Amino acid sequence: MNSKYEVVIGLEVHAQLLTETKAFCGCSTKFGNPPNSNVCPVCLGQPGVLPVLNKKVIEYTMLMGFATNCKIKERSVFARKNYFYPDMPKGYQITQYEEPICEHGYIDIEFKDGSKKRLGITRIHIEEDAGKSIHDQAYETLVDVNRCGVPLMEIVSEPDMRSPEEAVLYLTKIKQFVQYLGICDGNMEEGSLRCDANISIRLKGETKLGTKTEIKNMNSFKNVEKALQYEIERQIDLIEDGVKIVQETLLWDADLNMSAPMRSKEEAHDYRYFPEPDLMPVIVSESWKAEAKKKMPELPDLRRERFITEFSLPKYDADILTQSKPVADYFEEVIKYTKEYKTASNWVMGDVLKTLNELKIDITEFSISAENLGKLINLIGNGTISGKIAKEVFPDMLEGNKDPEIVIKEKNLVQISDTSAIEKIIDEILKANEKEVNEYLEGKEKVFGFFVGKTMRETKGKANPKIVNDILRSKLDGLK
Amino acid sequence: MVNYKNHSEKLQKLKSGELSLEDNVKFFLSEIDKNKKLNAFNFVFSDFALEQAKTVQGKIKNNTNGKLAGMVVAIKDVLSLKDKPTACSSKILKDYIAVYTSTAVQKLIDEDAIIIGKTNCDEFAMGSSNENSAFGAVLNPVDNQRVPGGSSGGSAVAVAAGLCDVSLGTDTGGSIRQPASFCGVYGLKPTYSRVSRYGLTAFASSFDSIGPFSHSVEDAAKVLEVISGKDEKDSTSLNVEVPNYSAELTNIDKKYKIGIPKEYFGEGLNEEIKKAIEDVVAKLKSSGFEIVDINLPHNEYTIATYYILTTAEASSNLARYDGARYGFRSNDAATLLDMYNNSRSEGFGKEVKRRIMLGTYVLSAGYYDAYYKKAQKARRLIKNDFDLAFKNVDLIIAPASPTLPFKIGEKSEDPLEMYLGDIYTTSANLAGIPGISVPVANSEEGLPIGMQILANQFDELKLLKTSYFIQNEILKNN
Ligand SMILES: [Zn+2]
Repeated sequence: MNSKYEVVIGLEVHAQLLTETKAFCGCSTKFGNPPNSNVCPVCLGQPGVLPVLNKKVIEYTMLMGFATNCKIKERSVFARKNYFYPDMPKGYQITQYEEPICEHGYIDIEFKDGSKKRLGITRIHIEEDAGKSIHDQAYETLVDVNRCGVPLMEIVSEPDMRSPEEAVLYLTKIKQFVQYLGICDGNMEEGSLRCDANISIRLKGETKLGTKTEIKNMNSFKNVEKALQYEIERQIDLIEDGVKIVQETLLWDADLNMSAPMRSKEEAHDYRYFPEPDLMPVIVSESWKAEAKKKMPELPDLRRERFITEFSLPKYDADILTQSKPVADYFEEVIKYTKEYKTASNWVMGDVLKTLNELKIDITEFSISAENLGKLINLIGNGTISGKIAKEVFPDMLEGNKDPEIVIKEKNLVQISDTSAIEKIIDEILKANEKEVNEYLEGKEKVFGFFVGKTMRETKGKANPKIVNDILRSKLDGLK
Repeated sequence: MVNYKNHSEKLQKLKSGELSLEDNVKFFLSEIDKNKKLNAFNFVFSDFALEQAKTVQGKIKNNTNGKLAGMVVAIKDVLSLKDKPTACSSKILKDYIAVYTSTAVQKLIDEDAIIIGKTNCDEFAMGSSNENSAFGAVLNPVDNQRVPGGSSGGSAVAVAAGLCDVSLGTDTGGSIRQPASFCGVYGLKPTYSRVSRYGLTAFASSFDSIGPFSHSVEDAAKVLEVISGKDEKDSTSLNVEVPNYSAELTNIDKKYKIGIPKEYFGEGLNEEIKKAIEDVVAKLKSSGFEIVDINLPHNEYTIATYYILTTAEASSNLARYDGARYGFRSNDAATLLDMYNNSRSEGFGKEVKRRIMLGTYVLSAGYYDAYYKKAQKARRLIKNDFDLAFKNVDLIIAPASPTLPFKIGEKSEDPLEMYLGDIYTTSANLAGIPGISVPVANSEEGLPIGMQILANQFDELKLLKTSYFIQNEILKNN
C-alpha cells in the first residue's frame, strides 16, 4: 500500500441469534426445514397480527453487550424500517434505530507480535431477519419466509480499524465471542454471521474522514480481507488519478475477485424510520441485568490465561486451543481423563484439528470421544504403546469412536516392554551384524541408530524405544 | 321488533322458553334481508349463525351457557374471524379469508355470543361517513338520504336498525362515538390497551380501540367486561384488573364531578346539539352532579396532530397489502415495481391513498422532525391537558360531533371539512382515554343527537354508571 495514505475501516456485523423461536412470534428458527413451514400469521404479516418480543433475544444481546464492554441501556425502543420487498411480508422491518439496547463498548485485538489495540463499538441493536427470495425462472420469484423474523443482532464498530488485518482480527474476535456466548453459530458461509464494511482513505495525519464506500456480500474471512484490500487499492488509484471517490455501495464478487457497485435504484431508500407502535419500549431492570450476567461464560482471553496457568501450556498452545469454544471445551473434556496436559494439547492441536480440516467437519461432529482420546494419551503415558504406534491407532479410532485398547489388542500393537524378550532380539541382531558392532566400538556413534532401527523393525515397532535404547547402550558399551 | 330491552332479559326469556334462539336469529336474518338497502353488512353468516344458535340453545338448556349466551353480534369488517372474509371494505382484500380469529371476537364466542355477520365500514376504518367503502355507502336508518357516520357506520346501523343485538366497532379518532351519535345508539370506546388489538386490522396502531354499539348501557357494560383484559398476543394491552362492569353499573353511590370544556362548545357547534347537551347537563346538575367549567388549552392542535400521527402509522401498517402474498394483485404486473404500484393503485380507494401519501410524506427524511416528531410532542401536551383535568373532575362532557348527520355526498369532495368533523372525538384517542356516546335527544327534524362523556384511563366504570343514570333517570321521562 502507498504509505502516504491511511485506511479507515468500520464494520457492521449481523449475527443470527440461536434462540429456539423467532424474535416476535413463536415459530421455530430451525434451519433447513421445507420452505414456508416455519411460519404463522404473525411472521406472514397477515392483517391484524401483532409482534410479541422474545425475551431471550434481549438476554442474548445483553450477553454480547457485556462481552464487548457496552453500556446496556435501561430503555431501548423498537422502530420500523419501511421498504417494500417480497421477502418482507409486513412492508417494514422491526429494528432499533434511535435508541438501541447497547452502546459505547470496545474490544481489544491482539496482533501476531503480541501488541494490542482497542477498537470501539458504537452500538449493538436487535432486528428481525428478512426471508429469502429465490429467483427461479425468468418471470418468477419464489419467496421462502422461514427466515422472516429470525432474530439478528447488529454490532456496529467505530471507524477504528486501519488495515484489513485489523478488520479480520476484529471479526475473528466477534465470532469468538458469539460462539463462546452460545448466541450465534458464527458461520459466515451459511450467513449466520454477516459482515458489511465501510471504508475510506485519507492522507496520513489528516483528521477528517474521506468519502466512504460500503462493501457488502463478503461471506468469509478470506473474502473480507480480499474485498477490503481490493477496495483500498481501488480508492488509492482513484485518488492518485485525481478522481473523487463517490459514496456508494459495492457488492463483492468472490468468483471474480472484484467488487461492483450496487444498482443505484436499490440504494435509493428513504426508510422512514419511526418508533414501532405495536411494541412497548424494552426496559432492562438492574435485576434482569444481574440475572443475565450470571449466565456469562468464561470469555476466550480469560480461558487462555487459565490454560497457561492451570495446565502449564505454552501461550502458543493456549491460543490455538481457545480460538474456538468447542475446541477448548473438547480439550477440557479430554483432560478430565488424562493428566498428560501437554500431550493432550499436542493431540488436539495436531491430529484432531487436522482431521477436522480434512473431513471439513466441526469438532462437535468429531467421532472420537474425549474419553477415548484421553485413554489413548494415557496408553502412551504408561508405556503400553509408543507415540508412533498411537498415530497408527488414531485412524482406527475414527471409525465409530473405537476404544483404543480394543484397537491395540486387535492389531496386536501392545508395546514390548519385557526386557528379556527385547534382550534376546538384540543379542541376535548384534551377532548377525558383527561389522557394524566393530564400527561402533571404533567410535562410530552413528551406527547406534542402525541398531535401534533394526530392533524396532524386528519388533514391528512395538518395542519400547526407551528400553531398546538402554539395553543396546549397555550391551554395546559392555563390549568395549 | 324484539321484546327484550337488554341481554339479561333476553337470556331470561331464552331460559324460560318464552323465546327461541333459533327464531330470534332467523328474525335478525330476515331483518337484515329486508334492510339490504341500508348496506350495513358486507357479509352475513346465515348458516353459521343458525348453527351457533342451535349449540347455544342447547347450552342454555343444560345451564352450561356463557355470559353472553344468545347475544346476536355483528362485527366490523376489520376484525378477523377464522375462515371468514376480512375485507376491511377494500377492494385490495375483497377475497381475503382470515386465517385466525381476533382476540376480542374469540372472547365473545367463548361466552356464547352469536356472530351474525361482518359490517360495512369506511375502507380500513378511514373516514367519518362510511362513504369510503368498496362495498358502497351505508345509509342512516333514520333518514336514508343521510350518512350513518363512520368509520364504523355499518356497526352503528346494524344496531340502530334492529339487525342484531349488539355490534363491535373500532375507534381510531371517533369511529365508534360519532356513528353512534348519528344513529342514536350507545357507542363505547374503551381506554387504549384495555381491549386486545390482536386481529384488528391496523389503521393507526397507537390509536385503535375496539368497543361495542348497543341499545342499552347494560349491554355495552357486558360486552366490555368480556372483551377487556391483558392479551399475551398484544404487547400494548395492559394488565389492569377488569371490573365487573355489568354488576356494578347500577350502583352510583356518589354523584360525580363533571367538567365542561369551553373549547368544545364554541364556534362551529350545531345549536340543537349544544342545547340538547346543555339540557342533560342541567338535569345532571339538579340530580346532584357537580358541574364545573374546565380548559383543555391544546385542543386546537388535536386535528393536525391526529392526522399527522395516524397517517404516518397507517402508511406503514398498510404496506403489507402489496399484491405479493394475499389480497388483490393487479393483472398489469409485469415487474415487481409494477405489481406494487398497480396492485396498490387499483386496490386502494381514494381516501386510503390520500392518507398513505400524507403519512409517507410526514415520515420522509427532512420532514420527520417538522411533522412526526412535533406531532408526538403535541400529543403529549394534549394528554397532559386531560391528566390535569382529571385531577379535578371525574368526567368530561362534550358533543360527539359538531353537526347532525349530514347528507350523503355533502362533504365527500372536501376532505378537510370531513376531517374537521372529528374535532370532538380525536382527543380521546390522542390521550388514550375512554369515551362513550349517549343518545340524548333528537333534532327537530328527528335526527339523533349524541352526547359524549369522557373519563380518565381505565375509568370506564364511571362512564357506564353515569350513562346508566342518564338512561334510566334523565331520559326515561323524555
Ligand atoms: Zn411466526
